[in-house]
Amino acid sequence: MISLRGIGRDFLLGRQTVHALADIDIDIRQGEYVSIMGPSGSGKSTLLNVIALLDRPTRGNYTLDEQDVTGLPDEKLAKIRREHIGFVFQFFHLIPRLTATENVEIPLVLSGMAAAERQDRVRSALVTFGLEGRADHRPDQLSGGERQRVAIARATILQPSVILADEPTGNLDQATGNQVIDMLEKLNAEKVTLIIVTHDADIGRRAKRQLRLVDGRIIADIHGGDHE
Amino acid sequence: MAGLSQTFTVGIMNSRDNLVFAFKAVISHRVRTVLILIGIAIGVSSVELLIALGDSARRYITGEFAALGTNLLIVLPGRSETTGGPPPLLGETPRDLTIDDALALLRSANVNRIAPITVGSAPVAWREREREVNILGTTASMKEVRHLDIAQGRFLPQADPHQAIPVCVIGEKIRKELFGPEQSLGEWLRIGDRRFRVIGVIKSTGVSIGVDMDDIVIIPVASAQVLFDSPALFRVLVEAKASSRIDAATENIRSIIRDRHEGEDDVTIITQDSIIATFDKILRALTFGIGGIAAISLAVAGILIMNVMLVSIAQRRTEIGLLKAIGAPNREIMKLFISEALLLSLSGSFFGVLLGLGAAELMQRVYPTFPIGVPLWAVVSACGIAISTGVLFGVMPANRAARLDPVQALAKR
Repeated sequence: MISLRGIGRDFLLGRQTVHALADIDIDIRQGEYVSIMGPSGSGKSTLLNVIALLDRPTRGNYTLDEQDVTGLPDEKLAKIRREHIGFVFQFFHLIPRLTATENVEIPLVLSGMAAAERQDRVRSALVTFGLEGRADHRPDQLSGGERQRVAIARATILQPSVILADEPTGNLDQATGNQVIDMLEKLNAEKVTLIIVTHDADIGRRAKRQLRLVDGRIIADIHGGDHE
Repeated sequence: MAGLSQTFTVGIMNSRDNLVFAFKAVISHRVRTVLILIGIAIGVSSVELLIALGDSARRYITGEFAALGTNLLIVLPGRSETTGGPPPLLGETPRDLTIDDALALLRSANVNRIAPITVGSAPVAWREREREVNILGTTASMKEVRHLDIAQGRFLPQADPHQAIPVCVIGEKIRKELFGPEQSLGEWLRIGDRRFRVIGVIKSTGVSIGVDMDDIVIIPVASAQVLFDSPALFRVLVEAKASSRIDAATENIRSIIRDRHEGEDDVTIITQDSIIATFDKILRALTFGIGGIAAISLAVAGILIMNVMLVSIAQRRTEIGLLKAIGAPNREIMKLFISEALLLSLSGSFFGVLLGLGAAELMQRVYPTFPIGVPLWAVVSACGIAISTGVLFGVMPANRAARLDPVQALAKR
């Protein structure tokens, strides 16, 4: 359960204060499927970063699973990110010198898991996402769709309760993009909260709940969508 | 799926994984890494080599002095220090040291042996060959006091030092020049206007500090006094019974000579230990000095590490942002980059140590007579400096990486 109350985020641009987010009040229940849409500069990504605990709001309160996470120190935030939040990016952000296996393994490594246990988990994750034949390939030897699948495997390897996707199809052709969305929706079907930021109205409409942001405010919060 | 309470593990990357990650990052930039390693290796090897050279010179020189004898004191006529008071009316001429003065020193319980010495030079001839040679007049104890080895025959006989016996012991070089392949033992040498029978040849020790024992003829001290027509000794070598008794022996010598010279304290006593200690001190300071100069190159290597790490961090902004996004705390990022600096300086040091040892070995082959040894402390201090500068200069870039804002680092460009 994600609960934002009166969240605001200001940026200083020169001498001018820009309100990237203003008075955001939303609740997202465990297992929901939410898309965030809006024009460029509307604050979509900032909202996602605040939910991801990567960005600290200037005002307001953020409660994640009944825990107030607003002012936690870096060490605790990192732990929550590691164990509860999976991130999927537009540019995949795989580490170029590491193989698919090693990229997927990073969250496990960061958590201090023993190497033997890591191996089994990574192998089954690669199988789940159809990457078993690509295990030893580096990112530059993978197609865009494969790269995003590696990124999704990495995001889900620690079984997070929330998956945040920032324009996950932005760098993929439509067919591959749809496959990626299918994959994310499959995870959502297993009760993982899925939040997708997108420009693409078709993809946005697939979510059961659609948020529309303009100038840092939520102007529409539509429940429904064509998924069901 | 997973609730908030779920915890998988300790939540801290284990150090082996940390090193593996840092290692992969380091080897992914091959040229850059090789250049840094060369820089550190040169710094480490030059510190190591210069310390080794300085230290070897110190050991060589003090060793040469020690080879002159053990617990050695040298008594010379005349006083080196001046005292206060009115200048003497008549110029103060020190009394000569005589054989009896030297023998009197044996009365001290702290003195083990003495060897009086007279020196001079005289023409030495055998058959038609003749040359000017340094002549050393002394007694049988000289062999023990000065640690001389005999190659052929024997040293001067134990006899009354006042007795001028016509025998001589010759250096290896003299033997070669005068006798060549012919037998020298038992032959009669003409020294000045007297004849001496050769009874021994001194074993060659190579050039050492002080008198070249290869290019010398040794005769009994009384014979030398007759030859040079002077009762004065050049100096007296005294061997104390133990190193702890050198000071007591010095006092004894002073009072014995004072008694014999009408209360005049007119000898100078030099202890071998004090000479060695002085050289040791000077050369040790020199070693530290040149080692320190070489260490500057390591500081330069440290700055090189810092520079390369800053470039590397700039290039890996998104990677750092990603690591943070997927749950690496700032401290972990810091550790990763310090590990990279540590890996670079460690492996650079390793190659540097090898390079230094190789260069020392090479020098040893080029100059076989100069004993070059790389002391452990040279290796340890060179590596210590390299690793600590590496880590020190790695902290700043690592800190910068740790403070990177993940949102900006991951921002679309």
